[in-house]
Amino acid sequence: MADAFIYDHVRTPRGKGRADGALYEITPIQLATQTLAAVRDRNRLDTGLVEDVILGTAMPTGEQGANLARTAAVNAGYAEQVPGVQLNRFCASGLEAVNLATAQIAGGYVGAVIAGGVESMSRIPMSVDGPWTCDPQVNWKSFYAPQGVSADLIATLDGHSRSHVDGVAVRSQQRAAAAWQQGHFSRSVIPVRDVIGGVVLDRDEHLRPATTLETLAQIKPSFTEMGEKAGFNAVAIQRYPQVERIVHVHTGGNSSGIVDGAAAVLLGSEAFGKSAGLRPRARVRSFASIGSEPTIMLTGPAAAARKALKLAGMSSKDIDLWEINEAFASVVLRFESDMGLSPDVVNVNGGAIALGHPLSATGAMLVGTVLDELERRNLNTALITLCAAIGMATATIIERV
Amino acid sequence: MQTLKIQVDPEGIALVVIDLPGRPMNVVTPEFQSDLSAAIEQIATDPSIRGAILTSGKAGSFIAGADLKEILQKFDRGVTAAEGAGMSQQLSRLLRRLETCGKPVACAMNGLALGGGFEVALACHYRVLAVDANVGLPEVGLGLLPGAGGTQRVPRLIGIEKAGPILLAGQPVKAADALKLGLVHAVAASNEVVATAHRWLLETPRAVQPWDEKGFRIPGGAGPSAAHAVRSFTAGTAVTAQNTQRNYPAALAILSCLYEGTQLTIDAGLRIESKYFGQLMADPVARNMVRTLFINKGAADKLARRPDGIEKSKVLKLGVLGAGMMGAGIAHVSAAAGIDVVLLDTTADLAQQGKRHSEKLLQKSLQRGKLSQEQVDAQLARIRPTADFADLADCELVIEAVFESRAVKAEATRKAAAVMPAGALFASNTSTLPISGLAEAFPRPQDFIGLHFFSPVDKMPLVEVIMGRETAPATLARALDYVAQLRKTPIVVNDSPGFYTSRVFASYVQEGVLMLEEGIQPALIENAARAAGMPVGPLAVGDEVTLELQLKAIEQNTADGQMQSPQLPRVLAVLRKLVLEHQRIGRRSGAGYYDYPAEGSKTLWPALAKLFPASAQQPALQEVRQRLLYIQALEAARCFETGVLTHPADADLGSILGVGFPAWTGGTLSFIETIGLPAFVAECDRLTGLYGPRFQPSDGLRARAASGNPFHTPMAAAA
Repeated sequence: MADAFIYDHVRTPRGKGRADGALYEITPIQLATQTLAAVRDRNRLDTGLVEDVILGTAMPTGEQGANLARTAAVNAGYAEQVPGVQLNRFCASGLEAVNLATAQIAGGYVGAVIAGGVESMSRIPMSVDGPWTCDPQVNWKSFYAPQGVSADLIATLDGHSRSHVDGVAVRSQQRAAAAWQQGHFSRSVIPVRDVIGGVVLDRDEHLRPATTLETLAQIKPSFTEMGEKAGFNAVAIQRYPQVERIVHVHTGGNSSGIVDGAAAVLLGSEAFGKSAGLRPRARVRSFASIGSEPTIMLTGPAAAARKALKLAGMSSKDIDLWEINEAFASVVLRFESDMGLSPDVVNVNGGAIALGHPLSATGAMLVGTVLDELERRNLNTALITLCAAIGMATATIIERV
Repeated sequence: MQTLKIQVDPEGIALVVIDLPGRPMNVVTPEFQSDLSAAIEQIATDPSIRGAILTSGKAGSFIAGADLKEILQKFDRGVTAAEGAGMSQQLSRLLRRLETCGKPVACAMNGLALGGGFEVALACHYRVLAVDANVGLPEVGLGLLPGAGGTQRVPRLIGIEKAGPILLAGQPVKAADALKLGLVHAVAASNEVVATAHRWLLETPRAVQPWDEKGFRIPGGAGPSAAHAVRSFTAGTAVTAQNTQRNYPAALAILSCLYEGTQLTIDAGLRIESKYFGQLMADPVARNMVRTLFINKGAADKLARRPDGIEKSKVLKLGVLGAGMMGAGIAHVSAAAGIDVVLLDTTADLAQQGKRHSEKLLQKSLQRGKLSQEQVDAQLARIRPTADFADLADCELVIEAVFESRAVKAEATRKAAAVMPAGALFASNTSTLPISGLAEAFPRPQDFIGLHFFSPVDKMPLVEVIMGRETAPATLARALDYVAQLRKTPIVVNDSPGFYTSRVFASYVQEGVLMLEEGIQPALIENAARAAGMPVGPLAVGDEVTLELQLKAIEQNTADGQMQSPQLPRVLAVLRKLVLEHQRIGRRSGAGYYDYPAEGSKTLWPALAKLFPASAQQPALQEVRQRLLYIQALEAARCFETGVLTHPADADLGSILGVGFPAWTGGTLSFIETIGLPAFVAECDRLTGLYGPRFQPSDGLRARAASGNPFHTPMAAAA
């Protein structure tokens, strides 16, 4: 297998996923188009060399429906022979796009691919859709519970108190604020512009740097009513009958933020780099996706990480920096404990609790963020992983070249 | 045509009067279906007919539903899902033909219309309902779904969100509510419904259903993108999983009919409904529920076990000894049934306290508008509290509900006997003490019987009637007549310590104690019990009874020389540890297996984990669930084999209505048959190997399994 190299990465800032968010007025196709345009423009890329665009979208409906990848390539003015494919591995879609691009390149089928994701959560709100949640037979068979209840189930099983999970949130906020202050994100973040060329956002806007354990303690748990009144706690206990009751500890303050955003990663073969005149920054060492028990849903990252490590012939000691998507605080705690990690090397620039989680874009964002950080710290290897709905998880290991 | 008559009036309106011969109410039989089919063709093709009215020749009812005896016969012969779907399609197609026959058809419901009866009405273009009547689709309560369009036409009429509760709860809907919901077009006096329908046919008839109009949409929308989809389907399924603990497939099937069928044309929706109906017909749960909750409960309520040739009796005046919780409860339900009650306790004050129980309950009924002040006053006036045995002088029946001690009971019995008239009956409400022994204190043991009520008496529908050695058949007949007066369901059992229900109950509670002692996590024990369908876990219910009382009862039985089971010392050790060493008395004292905080719900006592450390290897849920169901079923089989029970229906009814054994099983003996006798015996052998001889099947049960001899006689043969 040939090496697949990462040549560049861009992302939009993450706008609050609400009507008062800066990116609310920007269509998802614009978010995708502007990231594709940025990859082309800042690399003076001959887009005729790009042989596919793979974009993830976790809510592929309405304005995010059909195929945003090909649509964005056309809209961005890429060469007309550049095709596009849209995929959905829920929250891991952006990372999955990178992994599929890697596979195509490593297999020798293509020379270069742009991989990423786009999600406008302010315009296409997260909603239950499809047979998993709506079809009674499927919902029944899979013991469906919403992710918030799953996150609280993890905390219940692991015995995490409210202040313990809030601690994860404080850490995320502090690290993200410091990262912005010190310019750690500046290499990758591109400004998003409106139809008359004005910059509507050039900085993540979800952060709350003043967050403390005390401010977090004021927030009410988010999933109590849903769990108790809509039957989901009972379903979770049917699957985990050793649990007497679900303790609800997750809030808007220690869960990932709802935001808008898009990201794109330029990957290619060595030959592509030569013909495009670009220097590779890292190679993808391995990747893996796994499925796990769907009710608890969010505990898969460790299994995905182990599988990726095994494929790369590495152990966790060989990884310098880790990115575990902060879907919920208990997900981070479970992953750290499963892998035996020190918090010092995990999510060193904060994560989705502070910065927000634009569902399908996040995975691609994390690849770029941790690569920038490896270069800044002059370290070599990183593992990126995200949990995804219905019990899935995806992991990728990158190594600087 | 035997089941209906058609008359065409000069204005061209055909009046179709449904009147099944020899039945108190109309039900949907094969004959009725074929007659209705012929009637529809006549309406469609006879040019002199402008429109038609369907109504009933039975006063007070239109059509009461399907013929469940016929359905049970089908179960007993064995029905495949495809055959079940075929049954549904047959009626469904007929009703589809009705609503597309081209002529307007009005339904004049002169009285209640339930199940298939209401589905006939739903297929008519216009419905008028008698003002004092109900409509409803109660199939879910019998493990089935409305298989003749009910799951498709109701949501198309009133939307999925409003249809959900009607189909999933199966509760009847009153005329006024049916009108408000849009289930019927009009409400009228029962003798006006035909005229109202007639007027509609002459004035504003329309022979097209809303769902056959072009551009029809389900009110409120259908499918995953409907605004209510999260509530109806996502949360709806979870709530159903919670309510049914996944043991009752009908609710899920109904949700699927709603979800899948409403996204399609009515014809495709009806096909889907039929297939889910077939799925339920092939499932033993529907068979179990129809047989026990409808056929056998109906027979018990009609006093199937009443000896022949004894004149019907009625209690006009009842004596109740002991005004504690049980005595007060018995007094209350008896007064509610119009019986005068003498409520006696050792002091007038205590007796008065017992009457206060009724006052409290009646106050609630008054507040909820269920009773008027006059009714409340009249009912209270029927209870006379007293401390004077002489007041029992003209009671036809005296029920003793005093403390569970032979000496106390004997004394009360003797005092009552001294004043009771000749021929009056005496009953004991003991839950465990053998009746034949108690009868020794009564001069006429042939007139002595056990009437075991359950707590709370006003809510629990069962009375366990216990025959003493010398109890006369006439005594049984009169005791059953009294139970019927209360509108409760009797089962009849023979004497033994604990009779039937208390033995099954004790086996359940003790199995929970043994599991705790083995190191099974208490939450797992309780959750597995609920997953099995028990209303309350064995530890929680142990707290209700109180651990102290269980301890005393076991010690008393041991002192009495009752047979000791090998596991009893282990149970005793646990109870002694909790009660004597840690003062965990039970719920009454706010501390048992659970803590009972002043605010919020009870939580398992954390120290249980220290007293009974959890074993490293916890069993699967299924294993715990299995033990809790099997131990009860085995106890029932023993009772049947030793003659404590003489009818399998009594075993089933007693377990469901008295002990809370899950209804999906059809009861303890139905459960064994649902598993299959050989498989049940094999599983008992496995459990014996793991947990001890209490799971050992008797030789009788083995023989029954080997010879393929079920407890229940197939309905097909009995009919």
